[in-house]
Amino acid sequence: MELNLLKEMEGLRREIDDAFRGFGIGRFLEPSFLPGISTARFPQVNLSRDTNNLYAEVVLPGLSAKDLELSVMRNVLTLSGERKSEVQTDRIWHRRERGTGRFMRTIDLPTEIDTNKVSAKFENGLLLVTLPIVEQAKPRKISVKVG
Amino acid sequence: MGQKDISLSGNHEMAEREQTPAYNLRPAVDIYETDEGLTLVADLPGVTKKELHIDIDQGLLTIKTDAYQPMTGESIRREFIHGKFFRQFQIPEEVDEEKFLAEMENGVLTLQMPKSEAARPRRIEIH
Repeated sequence: MELNLLKEMEGLRREIDDAFRGFGIGRFLEPSFLPGISTARFPQVNLSRDTNNLYAEVVLPGLSAKDLELSVMRNVLTLSGERKSEVQTDRIWHRRERGTGRFMRTIDLPTEIDTNKVSAKFENGLLLVTLPIVEQAKPRKISVKVG
Repeated sequence: MGQKDISLSGNHEMAEREQTPAYNLRPAVDIYETDEGLTLVADLPGVTKKELHIDIDQGLLTIKTDAYQPMTGESIRREFIHGKFFRQFQIPEEVDEEKFLAEMENGVLTLQMPKSEAARPRRIEIH
């Protein structure tokens, strides 16, 4: 006996998402974790900064700290790890969008950072790396004396 | 195009979703079936148990999340957006809604949907 496929209440909406995939905002709608080997940009990373630190936020659902390796050299951040697949027996797949496998990504950081003070927090499949900017690379205020 | 979606389901969630399409992310899912039931696994990175809402209304399963806090500082590179996840599925009648079991771990939702007794395969012993 086989159940009916789960029907999704998406209709046209989905086709439109697909049509724009890879372009502009459509790229952000990409739901796949590991869409394919040819996809270079995995995992997805957001970078931000303030005066003292750079912050890298990485999307890694289903991984825990032990599945992940993180290293920093001068201004390059390297991430590698694996999302393991479960042992599968007697399963009928109705949908399979979540990928598994090994990955590695290097990210060039815009400034040099203090590698001894890097810290990372991994919560709910979201990794946040705090990268302190080296003293010399921080913006400096120079007071000008009027004489 | 959006109008069609709304009239199809006739529910407010859909309408809300259409108003802010850029902030409603569609999570990647796995769905598989065994003799015992259906299992749905969804990637919901950054989402805590408190921010996740699962509703079943007349066979329509809705998975949605609240938006979470964006990161600190000024953005210099953006490959994903922080937003609300949303996805709906029509679930078959053969599963027992009373026995659904949801678990959230490392940003991944696992929803077990056991089949009702009548829908399970039965082996008949021949004597």
